[in-house]
Amino acid sequence: MSDREHDAAWTTVIRPTGHWFDLRLGELWSYRDLVLLFVRRDFVAQYKQTLLGPLWHVVQPLLTTVIFTIVFGRIARIPTDSLPPFLFYLSGNVLWGYFSSSFTKTSNTFVSHANVFGKVYFPRLAVPVSTLGTSLIGFAIQFTIFLGFLAWFVSRGAPVNPNAWVLATPVLVLLMAGLGLGGGVILSALTSRYRDLTNVVTFGVSLLMYMTPIVYPLSSVPEAYRPLVLANPVTPIVEAFRFAFLGVGTVNFSHLTYTAVFTAAVLFFGILLFHRIERTFMDTV
Amino acid sequence: MNVIQVEHLSKFYRLGVIGSATLREDVHRWLDHARGRAPTVSHDGRELRRGDHIWALRDVSFEVGQGEIVGIVGSNGAGKSTLLKILSRITAPTAGEVRLRGHVGSLLEVGTGFHPELTGRENIFLNGAILGMPRHETERKYDEIVEFSGVGKFIDTPVKRYSSGMRVRLAFAVAAHLEPEILLVDEVLAVGDAAFQKKCIGKMGEVARVGRTVLFVSHDMSAISALCERVILLDEGRIVADGDADATIETYLAGMNGSGPEFGEVIVTPAGTAGGEPITLHAVRTTDVDGRVRGDFRSAESIVVEFDFTRSEPIEFLRIGFELVSARGAIVFRTFHNDLSETLPSDPTGELERIQAVIPAGLLNGGVYQIRPCLRRHRRGSAWILRDAPGPSVSVRLNVPNPDYVTSKRVGAVAPMIEWKSP
Repeated sequence: MSDREHDAAWTTVIRPTGHWFDLRLGELWSYRDLVLLFVRRDFVAQYKQTLLGPLWHVVQPLLTTVIFTIVFGRIARIPTDSLPPFLFYLSGNVLWGYFSSSFTKTSNTFVSHANVFGKVYFPRLAVPVSTLGTSLIGFAIQFTIFLGFLAWFVSRGAPVNPNAWVLATPVLVLLMAGLGLGGGVILSALTSRYRDLTNVVTFGVSLLMYMTPIVYPLSSVPEAYRPLVLANPVTPIVEAFRFAFLGVGTVNFSHLTYTAVFTAAVLFFGILLFHRIERTFMDTV
Repeated sequence: MNVIQVEHLSKFYRLGVIGSATLREDVHRWLDHARGRAPTVSHDGRELRRGDHIWALRDVSFEVGQGEIVGIVGSNGAGKSTLLKILSRITAPTAGEVRLRGHVGSLLEVGTGFHPELTGRENIFLNGAILGMPRHETERKYDEIVEFSGVGKFIDTPVKRYSSGMRVRLAFAVAAHLEPEILLVDEVLAVGDAAFQKKCIGKMGEVARVGRTVLFVSHDMSAISALCERVILLDEGRIVADGDADATIETYLAGMNGSGPEFGEVIVTPAGTAGGEPITLHAVRTTDVDGRVRGDFRSAESIVVEFDFTRSEPIEFLRIGFELVSARGAIVFRTFHNDLSETLPSDPTGELERIQAVIPAGLLNGGVYQIRPCLRRHRRGSAWILRDAPGPSVSVRLNVPNPDYVTSKRVGAVAPMIEWKSP
């Protein structure tokens, strides 16, 4: 028992509950190789033995955009802030695709990795973080497609004005990632206990899309509903993204600040909850 | 220097929680937790009586020094696997604390995280990283791992095309090159065939020779006693013995048959003999040469094993006998009443019959043995009438007749007193 005082001399101390406010990010950092390998695994495995492979990343948003253009643009005639409908919907789809894929996939962390978690210890957070990375690759591909169409539309003299705000893109993507990870991680913690929440996720995300200016611009939202749409932290990101690349949108610093604070809070709370659940998750699967 | 320090470790499970967690229950638990109450009495105590709580570990404390190989034994549900799961951080304890010095690896995770679509090469790196091996270390050992696995030719083939044997070999090759300071082996959970398990055990010995610490869970007492000097015995989540391997194993095995071994005489219930057989065994007892029923013998004494039985009709080729089983579960010998010549009259009277066997003095080693009566019809296919029935146990204290060399135990399955001469 003489060793007791020298806690530092021990590599690992296992206690019933960790400190609530310990994010354990250092440990995650030491497992960064694992995160990268998980990203690689998910990306490679996703498209092995498929017909189109990574082309799916291209087909999916393009097809969705075409449908949106027909349904919302031609049939429902929803205004698009005087932008070419195709570009308008594509920008929305590319961003939303990133958010919904990071969110839904991370929310599945515990359930889909129960087998590995039951056998070996590594920082569990490596799984959702790597999921984020995999989604980011998909986003990068789709974003490139978007840039290609943008260039084509610009060369055809369409009324779009990319401006200095494009430099903020990394920040917007980071905020989106933070929201997806934070929200997904909270849900993963909850679904590990209440399995029926899995259904709520898929369904909830598709509903949330309609609370986000994806198929309509914020400017066309009636005043009465605007607070509702603005309460959605994804809204300012989408609007800022559209403003940056297409030159039309409602960018507002206070809205973006709200998103940033919201993201930080969700991320912080999410990781804490995640650490809380991971300790005894194996007892409840 | 201690590398593992376990203090007052307890682990509490709620049974039947799968899919049954309700928000209301959780809120209750939460409130109780906030008030600082123990989960056993969390809301109403009703749950406790319903038996849906279990303490998988209760106040377990022990320390393990560097380079020790410690066996952990106990019947199913004693808490062995839970202990390893806590040590390997798969699950958290409910109370208590564990301190570890060095990286913990376990062979229970062989092949964990292998992805069928990835190639052997990709899986080596992925598996290495999952097991906590830094990338540069995997790179350094890569050739060695491939060599050891023997799947070199297929290293760029997706693992899903591997045979299960190849997959296991590759997985084991990665695990074997981990070099953790503390190795946890749960043989109960270990996958693979006998050859593979043997490999695991070989690896453990190797690991220990270079001064690493091993915790070994197994049901195979011979493996435990071959590898471990110290054994911890768990029963219903508590440590009931911790010390010298052989002594602890004996305690464990002695306690295995319900309430413990019965010494002296065992009355065989009618169910002990297969129904409808024309022979019924009534009792098996051990006595000394004077006919007194005893369970304790010195090795210099003869042990008389006595069978009481009735036969309702003549049985052709009947053999009455027993196996003497050591505390480690090994059969020391088997013997039948007509090994030398027929000793029973062929026509039964229907009355109680008695037959005796004498285990000669100066044969058995010290220890606890169990007599397992068996009845067999010889030359009639698979003709066991009774086998592996629990008979009485005998406790033998080794005594060497030469008083200058008193010893309580000697290595070996038996300790025969052998005559030596100088010609």
